[in-house]
Formats: sequence, structure tokens, C-alpha cells
Amino acid sequence: MPNYFPPNSNAFAKWLIWGGVVFTILLVTSLTVFARTFNNKVGVPVAQPVAFSHALHSGQMGIDCRYCHTSVEVAASANVPSTEVCMACHSQIRVGSPQLANVQQSWDTNTPIEWNRVYDVADYVYFNHSAHINKGMGCSECHGQMNRMEAVWKNEPMTMGWCLECHRNPASRVRPREEVFNMEYRRPENQAELGAVLVAEYNINLEKLPQCSTCHR
Amino acid sequence: MATARRPQDVPKIDETNRVIARGETYASIDDVVSQPVEETPFKTPRWWFVGITIAGLGLVMYLVSVIKLLTTGIGAFGNNQPTAWGFFIINFVWWIGIGHAGTLISAALLLFRQPWRTSINRAAEAMTIFAVVCAGLYPILHIGRQWVFYWLFPYPNTFGLWPQFRSPLDWDVFAISTYASVSILFWYIGLIPDFATLRDRARHSFMRWFYGILCLGWNGSTKAWQRYMRAYLILAACSFPLVLSVHSTIAMDFATSQVPGWNNTIMPPYFVAGAVFAGFAMVLILIIPLRKSFGLEKIVTMRHLDNSAKLMLATGMVVVYGYFVEVFMAWYSGVEFERYMIFNRMFGEQDAWAFWALIFCNGIAIQPLWSKRVRQNTTWLFIISIIVSIGMWLERYVIVVVTLKRDFLPSSWGGFNPTFWDFSLYFGSIGLFFTLWFLFVRLLPSVASSEMKELVYHDSHHGSDYFEAARAEEFKEKGLPV
Amino acid sequence: MIKEAENKINNSTLDIAAVREKLSKSQGKAYWLGLEELSNTSEFQEFLNEEFPRQSVAYENSVDRRDFLKLLGASLALAGLTSCVRPVRPSEKIVPYVKAPEEMVPGRPLFFASAINQGGYAMGVIAESHQGRPTRVEGNPDHPASLGAMDVTTSASVLGLYDPDRSQTIVGGADFAAFATALQGAAGGSGFAILTETVTSPTLARQLAQVFEAYPQTRWYQYDQLHNDNTLEGSRLAFGEPVTTRYDFNQADVIISLGADFLGEGPARIRYTKDFSRRRKVLSAENTMSRLYVMESTPTITGAMADHRVTIRPSQIVAVAGYLAGELGVAGAEGALPENVNAELVEALLADLQAANGRSIVIPGDGEAPYVHALAHAMNSALGSVGTTVFYHENVEAQPVNHTEQIRALTAAISAGEVTSLLVLGANPLYTAPIDLNFAEAYSGITTFHVGQYFDETAARSTWHVPQTHYLETWSDARAFDGTVTIMQPLISPFYNGKSDHEILAALLGDAEATSFQIVQDTYTANVQGDFDDFWRQSVFAGVIAGTQAPLTEVTLASLPETPTLSSGEYEIQFKLDPSILDGRYANNGWLQEVPKPLTKIVWDNVAFIAPATAETLGVSNHDIVTLTVGENSVNAPVWIMPGQAANTVTVHLGFGRGENAGHTANGVGFNANVIRTSDTPWQTVGGVTRAAGRHKIVTTQIHWRYDSPSGENDTWADYKDSTTQRRHIIRHGTLAELQAEPEYPKFVHPVAEEASDLYPDFAYTSYKWGMVVDMTVCTGCNACVVACQSENNIPVVGKKQVAVGREMHWIRIDTYYGGDLDNPEFYMQPVACMHCEKAPCEPVCPVGATVHDNEGLNVMVYNRCVGTRYCSNNCPYKVRRYNFLQYAELTSTATELSLMQNPDVTVRSRGVMEKCSYCTQRIQQGYIRAENQGRKIADGEVVTACQSACPAEAIIFGDMNTEGSAISSHKGSVLNYALLGELNTVPRSTYLARLRNPNPGLVTGTEVQS
Repeated sequence: MPNYFPPNSNAFAKWLIWGGVVFTILLVTSLTVFARTFNNKVGVPVAQPVAFSHALHSGQMGIDCRYCHTSVEVAASANVPSTEVCMACHSQIRVGSPQLANVQQSWDTNTPIEWNRVYDVADYVYFNHSAHINKGMGCSECHGQMNRMEAVWKNEPMTMGWCLECHRNPASRVRPREEVFNMEYRRPENQAELGAVLVAEYNINLEKLPQCSTCHR
Repeated sequence: MATARRPQDVPKIDETNRVIARGETYASIDDVVSQPVEETPFKTPRWWFVGITIAGLGLVMYLVSVIKLLTTGIGAFGNNQPTAWGFFIINFVWWIGIGHAGTLISAALLLFRQPWRTSINRAAEAMTIFAVVCAGLYPILHIGRQWVFYWLFPYPNTFGLWPQFRSPLDWDVFAISTYASVSILFWYIGLIPDFATLRDRARHSFMRWFYGILCLGWNGSTKAWQRYMRAYLILAACSFPLVLSVHSTIAMDFATSQVPGWNNTIMPPYFVAGAVFAGFAMVLILIIPLRKSFGLEKIVTMRHLDNSAKLMLATGMVVVYGYFVEVFMAWYSGVEFERYMIFNRMFGEQDAWAFWALIFCNGIAIQPLWSKRVRQNTTWLFIISIIVSIGMWLERYVIVVVTLKRDFLPSSWGGFNPTFWDFSLYFGSIGLFFTLWFLFVRLLPSVASSEMKELVYHDSHHGSDYFEAARAEEFKEKGLPV
Repeated sequence: MIKEAENKINNSTLDIAAVREKLSKSQGKAYWLGLEELSNTSEFQEFLNEEFPRQSVAYENSVDRRDFLKLLGASLALAGLTSCVRPVRPSEKIVPYVKAPEEMVPGRPLFFASAINQGGYAMGVIAESHQGRPTRVEGNPDHPASLGAMDVTTSASVLGLYDPDRSQTIVGGADFAAFATALQGAAGGSGFAILTETVTSPTLARQLAQVFEAYPQTRWYQYDQLHNDNTLEGSRLAFGEPVTTRYDFNQADVIISLGADFLGEGPARIRYTKDFSRRRKVLSAENTMSRLYVMESTPTITGAMADHRVTIRPSQIVAVAGYLAGELGVAGAEGALPENVNAELVEALLADLQAANGRSIVIPGDGEAPYVHALAHAMNSALGSVGTTVFYHENVEAQPVNHTEQIRALTAAISAGEVTSLLVLGANPLYTAPIDLNFAEAYSGITTFHVGQYFDETAARSTWHVPQTHYLETWSDARAFDGTVTIMQPLISPFYNGKSDHEILAALLGDAEATSFQIVQDTYTANVQGDFDDFWRQSVFAGVIAGTQAPLTEVTLASLPETPTLSSGEYEIQFKLDPSILDGRYANNGWLQEVPKPLTKIVWDNVAFIAPATAETLGVSNHDIVTLTVGENSVNAPVWIMPGQAANTVTVHLGFGRGENAGHTANGVGFNANVIRTSDTPWQTVGGVTRAAGRHKIVTTQIHWRYDSPSGENDTWADYKDSTTQRRHIIRHGTLAELQAEPEYPKFVHPVAEEASDLYPDFAYTSYKWGMVVDMTVCTGCNACVVACQSENNIPVVGKKQVAVGREMHWIRIDTYYGGDLDNPEFYMQPVACMHCEKAPCEPVCPVGATVHDNEGLNVMVYNRCVGTRYCSNNCPYKVRRYNFLQYAELTSTATELSLMQNPDVTVRSRGVMEKCSYCTQRIQQGYIRAENQGRKIADGEVVTACQSACPAEAIIFGDMNTEGSAISSHKGSVLNYALLGELNTVPRSTYLARLRNPNPGLVTGTEVQS
């Protein structure tokens, strides 16, 4: 009978098997990475209707975060400032600058500026800024060094696993309260010890943090 | 040249006791097994077209029901509070049970060296796989958010979470996936030599190429046979425990709960017995028409049917024993919840019928099998098998629905009214099963010819009087010198 | 996202100029916010359609993103790994304020005191507002009629605000200006009349006075089905003046109810429930409780609370009351005890009354004949309870009149041609008016101006119709049952250009521009000493005007009139307001239609209650139809056999059978009992009952009722079935005497030995340990908790069909059982919600860990993790889990205004997800964060669950069991405390206090309590 299968077809079979294994491993790893980074636009600067530069206002001028984000210490949401807040300065400074056109217009026509959302938490997650701020969790832990961002991008994957990294071990991130708004803060060498101390001092409930009910209602 | 014997010495031969009809040779077996597969489509018998059409319609109904389910939700079905589990779970357990006979026949009987298994094991294994397919889909369909069913699998996810391994439902995931993969492997390995046969017999070059791929370059060398046998045995050893483990795990779904009527230690053995029971019923339902239509009577002899019937009777009696134990425990425990549950099963206004019906189907209807005459009568066997299949479905109905309706707090007792979709999905799954079955009998060798050949070999070399006698008579018929 | 949504609405709808202008009107800061949020309705509508529904996006989106077609494809690989990552989609907008309002912190609710006006009487509420959306009302602790509690109608009133079926346009003319002109024209001519509901509002009274000044020939009529005419006539009969009687159940040791459902009806029902329950609170053998005798023909929640309940026919009340009065030495009172009344019991009752020396109350039902009221007044004074438990004060209504007489007079005046044009404020007389008056015909003959929230029966026949404001939309004021005035403030500007009664009358007086705010303020500017702004700010902030309670008055009993002879016939028919929708004013409220009625658990229907005996004679059973005939009028009604109903009596509830006039929810629900209700016998009458063809499926949420077997035997399956509840020890009950007999370890609380043993060590709850206790002794089963929970937790309404197949969604239900005599059973009410078992059976069976325990002992249900296997529900012995079999919650595609009402602090659940009581975990979390930010622990009573805050009986106690001396710990320590199905060793965090009765010792023979 004619030979339909040349001898090298056995080798082909072998390659098929091993190739399959390798391919699967690659697929899983790449998807895992994908899910945590590109997929949710980590590190992608978001264009805004007003070319507001945190680098300029927060970085160079050193305006405190709370000047604009007033409710960050008392409420769940760190509010986006009203046009009024912009105008507080810009009714004097750089009036009529083309970059401020939209702000001026918003103020004149009493229509809001529609900013593009950068950080978007799932609706069934009840994140509370005040709780984090008051327990020594620095802005930059999630938002990165805003003081160096011209356009703002999402600095962290914001996946549940990422949240849990800290909720399961807050000592790895917690910092002194006075450093919370310091964008340049670097974790010390002895973060482990310092963290343990602060966790105790700020009465951070290690038992409660990883509970579902802490974020989901 | 064996020493001749005189014809008058030929002992009386009990035909029914044969695992293979007299006078079968390697070639004849090849012919008988391969012929239906090699037929050109035009020569396919009419009954096959009729069968697959009906089954196909069932399959369509199945798909429609699934779409309805995914678009509308569980609410389209009869489930409610407190009867949160309905037909989905009933059918799931029913199908899983049916699969068991296949594994038992192919694995257990192989290890026990029961030669009579060989002619029906291929069909039984196929049945197992198809049943597992039907069963496996139900748990996915019955959850509320089918699109996230994979959350039951442990895989690297962005939640940083694992499934909950304490839950019997998660055990199911592993039980069923293991069961499916092992069965398929076992089945396929068994097919390899037969694919080779088909390859070598193939007339059309494409078929030769096709079966050539499937048989993975089988060359029939002793080495190949040796490895093949080892692999086959190892897999058999692997799948043998599954006969007990899989349905025990399914039984845990109920036994580990604390619902009165579910929380019984008897559940696992009782479920396994029931599974084999239902499985053999299904084997008979499938084999009896098959051997007729394909003329396999010489290979699938009465002895196979007879043995299956005996096993059915045996496991059936175990199941009946289970019923008695349930009732006894309810009384003996003295627990109000248990007692009420049993009383409600037996006398409850809504569902007493189901209980007594299943007692008839699984307890009374199998008693005739004590008589050999009934066991030898394919018609009777077929009818009894049908009754048993129905009975086993009713058993799951009683366990799932009737029990859930009446649990701890009388204030939250409820009813259960299956909707059209409940039935369409059930009958649809039967359609799915038979569609696969018909494709199988048409496209693959439904009898393990290589193993059959072993039997011939076995008979001819292990000096069975049957063989000697058979040869003597055969020679005589052909007028050859004895 | 809801957060921006709110921001957008606040901002985009703010009209700065208007803000400044309104602010300049020197309004207190505490409440101006409410007005401003939604000053622009068109913006609001846009917001409705676009922004809001995103609240439910969490699930809908996940469904879209992984819909099943994709699923069948690459889901395992892709969706799996990304399933917790936000879906990639057009990025959302953040819309901040242009100019942020003061005091507004985005994401923080604000609370405003107001009041709901029900039948003219005020019920004080605190309304919660999320960025300008009223999402919830709770009772106002400072308000005498509420004391912080609620009932079903108050909680559900917030749903009425957003009801899409509300009337939205002016009918009859171009605009309001045109209406005003027409109205003035009509008033200017002769034969103008005004029909109002009960008026207690000082402002409305003031305006009416002005109207009569401006248009002297104007007539004023009042008609309101909620108005208790007989009580009024009763006091006229007894004292010659329409004084109001006020009872203090907290001081009463013995209470006799002559057909009075004081816990379920009347403007003071919540207050009375509070007082009554506080007097009956028992934690240990030291405590005592009052004794309640109830004589009634149909079981009410008051009757269910009775220590001795006597079923008598309505017509027999007079005789019984007469007999009692006679025995108590009331001059001129006589009556013979009907043979079906247990004389021995009545003697004991009298002895009890005498012994109570003054600390007793005899209270007649609103529906009883005025003569009965007169007798009751006489008895109370004879017993010396006046001044101790019974008080009289001037009637707080602007003009106390007999409303039935009024509507009769009005009809007569119209037919006589004396009234040619009529302004109807709020009332719906074409539906509620007695049938014999044939008011509808008279009404359609004249020019009519109707002001109402719905385009109802009356609106349909009116010349003009103007949408009326909801009480959360307008400034107004009203008096409580005791006269205390509340200034009602709005939380939101009118949705549908609705007009308040005040604005209508202002328009009538020629000022169509006047704002309710101005009008109401004008009422007080005149007669306020000192700084008006302070007065205003305090009054509005507190929700009550200090010192406006009606002063007590001295009354002198007139001599009793002749004993009236009540007509009694083969069948007596009794009319009652529906416990949920009252006279039908709340008919279109889905929450109230779906909440199971007390005692019967019937939803989405009204029925004819008949006694079991009557059912036998009529040969009917549940769901059968009977024809009720009164005079020449008749109506078909489905039958419901009510244990405890007096033989040969039928009780029907009003408010149903609204045809096509009530809105999508109410249309076609139930039958209209008004068509057999006549003006001379509005509450009880004599009629015929015959079986009619056909059946009507009545849906209840409970199918097994019996607590024990009627025969007491268990040898037949039927008996065994009936008595299983008793053998399961679900309801544990005893008498005060039994408790005092064994104060340490009462047998009836622990009928079976329980031992909690476990292989594993228990978890130590070190931080907080939340727990709940439900006191079955005081729980009246009024459903307040059910609706309060529904409002707090975004629980959907599923409709009659879904309830019929057992898919109701209420997180808390009130199980009802009855035991003993079928003709006069004992009722047991047991509220059941998630028990938060420490060893919860639901948890280990969930394959994805969607329901788990947290470190404070909450059994947490994580909706977004749930895949919906429903195993948890199977394994829950209490069956408290609720499953979204279909997409019950609104999605973007299906969203209506109702979505606006959802509580942003609670996730909206999607199809295929299990849900259940969470102990209001959102409130716990908020309390926790608040406390932690202030560096302290949560104080006892700081976190209150929705059901607890609503409960008028204070039957639900919740708190941290680790806090020493907290209310919860003392309750958990009570000897009456027991765990439902405790022998399963689920260690539930919610436990019950055994049901205690206080029967007259003289009437207890063995365990049998006579009644």
C-alpha cells in the first residue's frame, strides 16, 4: 500500500504536542498581563477639554490637593472642583488665555465643564476616599505622582486583585498621615516595621480590611 | 494438525452461553464491524436517516430552549422559592447516572477479565461520553449568570480569588471534567487499532488518509500492541474508581446539605447503584435495536443481554433497599423534619404519585428479570429498560423537587410548576444524545473488532471444546476430511 | 455612574439667579437646598432619561459585555481574565458644579424634616435626599404621631413621588393662567363651592377664610373616606361638642376594644402602637404588661394582639357595650349579652376593669355606631380613667363635620341647582362617595375644577384638571392627631408642574404667581413673637412647631340617648379601609400592592372575608366568587375563609377595583366595594351573599397556616400535617403567669434540650458583633418593616404572577400562623429575615464563595461574585434568600422615573443573582467609616437597620453584642430569648423573644385560654 505518511510526520506529531504546551503557557501569561495593563488603559494619558496641568499647579506652584478636591477628607468621593474654584484665581491670572477659553465659557454660560473620567471604579464597589486618607494611605499610592503629570493617566490596574494586595497587607503601603498628600513620598527601607507601627497607631483593622463587606454592599 | 475426534464426541453446545457466535473468524468480524462504516452514503439504511432526523429535531428544540434560557433567564422555567433546583438538576443527575454503565463495562469488567464485555464495551463507552456531554451542560445552564460559569474553575484571575473548594458544586466541576476526559481517552485508545483496520480496508484514498490520521500511524507491530495493551490497562485502572467516585460526588451535592431528605449518609452508595442500574437500562435500550439493525447478533449475543439484565436486577434491588433505608431512618431518627419529609413523599397531596410510581418502576417492574425467559426476550428487556429509565428520573424528581417543597419552616413551603421550557430542554437533551449516537454508529466501528478478534484467538488457542467442536462441525459441513 | 449623574443634575439645573433671589427671602440654610436642586424640570427630564439609569449599569453592562454569544466563543480565555476589570467602553464624563451649593458634600445624603398629610392629619417624617433626590422617608422622632416610627404608607409615600402614572398636564385649558381665570370666573358667579378633604392645615384654613371673604356665597364641603364620622358624632352625642379623644396606652393596665383597630387605623395608629408596646415589653419576670380584650367581627392586627379576643357580629357591639356600661353603673345603659358571647369572660373582664381603678381604656371602633362611642365615653368616666389614660381636647380640624352628611348635602345642593361650579382639592369623590347618592351623575352636570395627583375617576369627569403636588414637592403645613403643627418642606421641585392646594387657592384669590413657600410663611409671620427667622428655622428644622399641641378641655357627659336598634340580617357586611392602600389613594403604589396583607398574606387583591362556618353553609372555599348584595346594588368578590371571622358576617376592603382610572399598577386589581356602600350605613350594613360562577385566583405568600391540629390528635395524615409547626417549636409562646412561675428557665421557651457542639473552635468576634432580636410579644405584624426594607435596599416589585409562583423578593417577611379554635384562633406573627447564622449553612455550599462571613458576624452576600447556583437558598433552613429569576430591576433600556428613587448606597441586583437581608450593611459601613474618621468606636444605637427604624412597636432591636449594656445585649440576655430552629446549630445572630400573652388568670384552665 502506498505510504501516505512520510517518516517525518512522526516528528511533526511530536512538535505539535510540545508546541501546544508552549503556546498555551504563552497565551495564559500574555492574557494575564493584558488583563492587568493595556486592557484597562493603565498609563494612557487622557485628553481633557481643558489642558489643565497637575504638573504646573500641584508640582511647580505646590497648590495643595485639597484646594480643589475639597471633600477628599470627609466624603467618599474626592470631588472634581467647580468652575468657580478655577475662576477664583483665573479671574485675575491669565485672563483671556486661549487655554482657559473653555473655563471662561463655562463660567459665563453657566454650563459645566465635562471632564473625561480617568479612574473608574465598578458601580458595585463602594470606595471611600476619606477612609483611606485618614488611615495614612497616600494619594500617590493609587494616583501616582500627579505632581509630574501634564495629562493625567491611570497609574494602577485598579483590579480587585490589586486592591487586595494592600487590603491584605496594609503595612506594605501605609505612611504617616502628614505624608499623605506628599506626591514625592518614597517608602523607607524599613517600610515593614514602620508599616506595622502605623497600622497599630492608626488602628487599622486588619481583620476587617479583606472582608467583602468592606467594599461591596 | 490436531488429533482428530469423532463427531459423536462433540459435546452439546449452549449457544446462549457464547460470547461470540461459532465460526466467527478474524475476517468475518472485520467485515461485520467495518461494513456499516464503509458503506457509501447512498447505501446508508433508511432507518438511520429516519432516526437522525427525529433526533436532530430534538437537538433543535434543545438549542431553542437554551437561547430562551440565556435571553430570558431562569425565570422562564419552573424554579422558584423554595424549589430553587428543578428539572435542571434532575436531568443532570439522570444523565450522569446513565453514563455509568459504560465505564463499568469497559473498565471494571476489563480488569475483572470478563470476556463477555468486549462486544458491547465500545457502544457503552460512546454512550457514556454522550451522556456526560448532556449531563455536563446542565450545571452550566442552570446557574443564573451562565456567562460567568468559568468562575467555578480555579484559574489565575484579576480578583485574586479562588473558587470555594468546600462546596460540593465545585467538586462536581472536577468530577465531571475528570470523568469526561478519562472516558474520551479510554474510548479513543480503544478505537486506534480499529481505525488502523479501517485505514487498511479503505478503498477511497481520502478515507485512508482520514483514518490514517485517527489511528496515529498504528503499524500493528508487537511493540505497538504491547504499549497499546499497557496504556489500555492503565487507563482502565484509572477509570475504574470513577465508577464509584463520580456519582458519589454527585450524591454529595445532596448529602452534604442539611435539607431533610438530602442529608443522608446512604446517598453515595445508593446513587452509585442507581447509576449503574439506569446505565444498564440505557445500554439495553441502545444495544437491542443496534444489534438487530446492523446484524450484530453473532457478536452481541444473548449472553451479553442476559448479563446486563442480571446486573440491572442486582443494582435495582440495591436501590430498592435504599428506599427502605430512607424510610426507616426517617422513623428511627425521630426528627420531625425527616419524618414529615417521608410522610409527605408517601402521602402528600401533591406528590405521592411520584413516589409510588417510582416504587413501581424501579422496584416491581424489574422483578420479572429473575426469570431467564424474560432475560432472553429482547422485547421484554427493552420495555423493562424503558420503565427503569423513567423510574430513575422520577427518583430524582422526588429527591430534588418533592423534598425542597417541604423543608424546615412551613411558612415558606411552596409548589413547583414546570413550564414548557423545562420539558423542551429535557427532551431536547435526549435529542442531543441520540444525534450523537446515530452519528457514532454510522461513522465509527460500534464494536471493538480488535478485541473481538482476541476472543476468536482466545477460543482457538485456549482449547475450548467449543472451538474444537465448532471446527469439526464446520469441516463436516464443508465436506472436508476431519 | 450615579455620582456624576447627581453632580450633573445639581449643577445643570441650578439657576443661580433664582438661587440668589430665593436665598434673599431669608430662608434658613438647613433646608433651602431641597428647593434648589431641581429648579429646572426639562433638565431634570433629560437627566432622568440619560444619566440616572446608569446606576444599574454595574450589572447590565457586565451582561452586555459577556453576552452569551461571546461567551460561547472565547469567554473562558478572555472574559475570565478580565472579568473584574472595568469593561473597555467610551470613557464616562465627570460633570462638576459650576458653582457648588454650600453644605453639599457630593456623595453625602442630607436629611429634611417634613410630614405626610394623610386624611388631613400629619405624620412627621425625616426625608433623606441624595443630591436632591428624595430616596427615603423615615419617622420623625420629635413628631407626636410618629415618634420616629413608620407604617407601610409612610415608607411607600416616596414611591408615590416618582410614580410615572401621576397626572402630568393641565386638562381643560391651555395653561395654569387660563385655569386661574376660569376658576375666578366661576367663583365670581353664584353657586360656587369648594370640596376638600379633611382640613387641619392652618394655612389652608386661612386661605379658605380669605376665599369666603372674597367670594361670600362660596360654600365649603369636606369629604374624605378616612374621616371617622362616627367618632365625631359619638363625642357630639356624649358631650354635645365634637371634642377629640386621646388615649395613653402606656398608662393603661386593662384595655377593652369595642371593634377598635387602634393599632392599625386612625391618624394616631403609630403613636398608639408605640405606647401600647412599651407597656407590654417584657424581658424578665419582673416586668408586667397590660391586658387587652378585643371584641370584633373580623380579625385585625389589634385583635391578633389580644389576650382575650371575642368574635361578635357588628350588630351585637351595641348590646355588649350597653351591657358593660350598665354593669359599670352608667345611667340609662342597658343591653343583654348575646348567647355567643362567653358570659364568664365578660364578668372577668368587668372585674378587671374595676380593679384597674382608672388605669383602663374602653375604646370604640371608628366604624361603630355613635351610640357605642357615647357609651365608651360614659364608661371611661365611670371608671375614672379620664385624666389618667383618656384625655379630651378640642377637635383640631378646621371645621369638624360629618363628611358623609357633607357629601350628601353637596349632592343635594347640586341637584337643587344651588351649586353650579365646584373646585375639588385632592379628593376623589366619584370613586369614594356612597353609591346611593349617585354623586357622579350630579357631578358631571356642573363645571368642575379638579386638583389631584392622578387623573382618576373624578378627573376624568371634570371640566378642568390640574396636577397636584406630592407632599415632598411643596411647602405646606398640617396638624397631628393631637394638634401639633408641622411645617412641611419640599425636597424637590414639582416634577410635572404640579400645583399645591395653596397655590390653587392663591390663584382663586387672584395671585396665580404666589409660591407655596410665601403663602405658608405668611400664615405665621403675623402671629410669631420674637425673631421670625429663628422661629421659622427651628420649626422647619425640628419638623414640629413647639407648643402647638391642642390644650386639654373639660367635658361634661350629656345623658345617654335612646339605645338605637341596629338592623341585623342574615348576613352583615362590614367595610374597612385596606391596610395598605387605605381608601385607594395609594392604589397605584407597587410596594403597597405587593406587601402581603397582615394575617392573610394576600397580595395584589382584595377579598371578601367569611367565617369557616359561613363557607360551609354557602358551600364555597377560597378563590370562589360570591355576589354581595346590599339593596339593589351588588358586587362580585372572591372569597377568603378567615379564621376568627364572626359567623354570617362578610368583611370587604375599600380602595380596589379602580378600573382604568388609577394607573398601570392599580388598574384592574381587585373589586370595588364602594358600589355596595350606602350613605346611611357606610361602615356596616346588612345584605345578601350568594355563590356566583367562576373562580378568581387569590395569591398569598404563605400556604401553610395552622400551628396545631384542630383535633389535637396526630393519628391522621391531615392532623399530622397541621400540627407539624407545633412540633417544630417554631413559635414559642406562653403566658405572663407561666413566666412568673419559672422566671429562670421557662419551659415554653425551651421545649427541647439544645446543645451546641462543634468539631471546630468558634471564631472570636473581637471588634464588633452585630446581632438582632425580634420581640414577638409586641410585634403586631403591621408590615412597616417590610416596606421600609424594600425602600432602603432597592428591592424590586415583581407583580402578582411572579408572587404566585413563589418569587416574591421581600428581604423580610412576616410569617403568620394560627392555632387553637378555628372560629376564634390565636394568631402568631413572626418576622423572618436573614438570621446571619454564625454557622451559616448557605456559606459552605456556594462554589464561588459569593456568600461568606465577615469578621463582625455578618453573612455577606456579594452580588457581583454570585453566579446563581441557588444552592445557598436550598440549604437555608429559614428560606430567607431571594433570587432574581428575571431582570426585575430596571435597566437603562427600561428605566423610568422610579429608578431615581433607588438608594445609591446599595447595589442594584441583576438577573440571576441571589440576594437577602444584609443587616443594612451599607449603614454599618457608613457608621464605621464615620466613627473611624473621628477615631472612635460606633456608639450603641448609632447604626440602625431600616426595619428597626420603621418598627412602631420597637419589636426589632439591633446592635453590637460586644458593647456592654447595649440594648441588644440586654435583650439577648432575656430568659425569653430563643433561636429559631436552634437545634440545627446554625447559631443565628437574629433571635426571638417568645410570644407572651397576659390572659386573665381567672379564665385560664390548664393551658386553655377561654375566649
